[in-house]
Amino acid sequence: MSTGSLTILVIDENRIRASIIEAGLRDAGHRHVTVVHDVAGIARRIAEIEPDVIVIDLENPNRDMLENMFQLSRAVKRPIAMFVDRSDQASIEAAVDAGVSAYVVDGLKKERIKPILDMAISRFNAFSRMARELEEARSELENRKVIDRAKGILMKSRGLSEEAAYTLLRKTAMNQNRKIADIAQSLVTAAGLLGEGE
Amino acid sequence: MSMAHEITAGFMPLFDSAVLVAAGEMGFAAREGIELKLQRETSWANIRDRIAIGHFDVAHMLGPMPLACSLGLTPLASDTIVPFSLGLGGNCITVSNAVWDGMAAHGAVADLDPARAGTALGALVRERAASGREPLRFAVVHPHSGHNYELRYWLAACGIDPDRDIEIVIVPPPFMADALSAGRIDGYCVGEPWNSASVAAGTGRIVTVKALLWRNSPEKVLGVRKAWAEEHPDALAALLRALYHSARWCQDPANRGELAALMARPGFLGQPEAIQMPALTGRLQLGGGVERSVEDFFLPFDKAANFPWKSHALWFYTQMVRWGQLPHTPQNLAIARDCYRPDLYRSALKPLGVALPGANAKVEGALKVATPVGSAGASLVLGPDGFFDGQIFDPDRIDAYIAGQKNA
Repeated sequence: MSTGSLTILVIDENRIRASIIEAGLRDAGHRHVTVVHDVAGIARRIAEIEPDVIVIDLENPNRDMLENMFQLSRAVKRPIAMFVDRSDQASIEAAVDAGVSAYVVDGLKKERIKPILDMAISRFNAFSRMARELEEARSELENRKVIDRAKGILMKSRGLSEEAAYTLLRKTAMNQNRKIADIAQSLVTAAGLLGEGE
Repeated sequence: MSMAHEITAGFMPLFDSAVLVAAGEMGFAAREGIELKLQRETSWANIRDRIAIGHFDVAHMLGPMPLACSLGLTPLASDTIVPFSLGLGGNCITVSNAVWDGMAAHGAVADLDPARAGTALGALVRERAASGREPLRFAVVHPHSGHNYELRYWLAACGIDPDRDIEIVIVPPPFMADALSAGRIDGYCVGEPWNSASVAAGTGRIVTVKALLWRNSPEKVLGVRKAWAEEHPDALAALLRALYHSARWCQDPANRGELAALMARPGFLGQPEAIQMPALTGRLQLGGGVERSVEDFFLPFDKAANFPWKSHALWFYTQMVRWGQLPHTPQNLAIARDCYRPDLYRSALKPLGVALPGANAKVEGALKVATPVGSAGASLVLGPDGFFDGQIFDPDRIDAYIAGQKNA
């Protein structure tokens, strides 16, 4: 049997991450992949799809509801267990670290599931990295803006050149063991309080 | 400043995480040399997983959950012990306005009396069945929860078979009120503030409370990974002392305002202070303008609330058996009994010279009034601890109790 014959259900409220995982599964040759963003009516969907593997993000508060459903034979035809092999501690830890969880039909061979789980873990990690980099870029931009405003205040109130204003901010930050952006923010806040608008 | 111990604790955003939260935030942990790292979670499954793989050393858990973990009833099960209880009571059963109207037509009045409310609900359930309507759907927070077992206990004692006559589903606590107002469920059993939330929204009625179904009954506990407890006995003992001081602070009426403000913070419950007060005062709005005060509604400290009674664990075990979650065998019984650890509670708290129960288990439902009991050191008051149907649970007569349980 080829790996492509496994039926996989991805439950993720984050549409971007879900599509990244879906793309990864399709690239790996899985043709029966269903993505669900909303757990409303999930019991019927699971009964229709009859998934061999269910991948779900750990942030989803509905995990307790889903696990209970997996244990009820009415909703799901076959018993579903988390991961493949409890002895595979390393991959369980990697999954929880990445923020992903998987349930699989009992009796499936480990070698058929492992690549799917590994793929989900690496895509989850890639998504987190991407989100983090985006956040860093955003805060970097914010920092630059506040430093510019602080420089402006110093230039105006103390008649400094732009370079001298920046040097003063940097020296103060070093002396106080704080970030330049923090010093700049304090200055902008203080100036606002004192009515010394830019 | 570096602390002697560093402990990571998981919790769910529920009011009964207060003892754990206050231990970290009000300085009780620091005074015992503990840096307590509190981490909020989104599901009980996450708490279980993170305890199992070691992300958390300890966690706020549903009372039956460590049993379910130790008995292998859940995925990623790991040996988990209970050396401390985080409180007694705190839950309510809430129904939709439509169900309440139906119950009222069958004699229910807004007085929280479990027997009267249950009888009325039973009549409504039979009336609906006779006219071919769908069974009512109730929600609880987890299959291995006090909520599930107390809802089922109440229904069965009132002649309603929880598996045949109604449907029980799982809904996360913060979604209960929404599910009720959207008509996806007809009623639920959950801790505060999620009952008062439906009453405040005008979409539900509180029909009875845990404290009246089984007075002074167990709810959340401190679950501890057994392997961690064995490797870090000093850290665990220090944590139990910190929790003891925190629980006493939480119980003191003088601290209610401060505690409500603490729990209202976005990192904890993130719900307005006013909606935390019913849990603290026991003064509940039932809906329709009716207010009722419930004695011992939620006890974080009084009545030996923090003692991990083996009889509590064993009662949960009998309900797991009753509802088909596991077979009654001597091995399973022994695992359940060993899960709650009064010995660890006693050895940690002994240096404090405070009241400690002398027994590990008690006959549940035997105390009709508050009763002073013999204990090491200072005096201790227990009970009343009655079940609403007058039943007694004697942990020394488990076989007879299990044999006597009926589904309706």
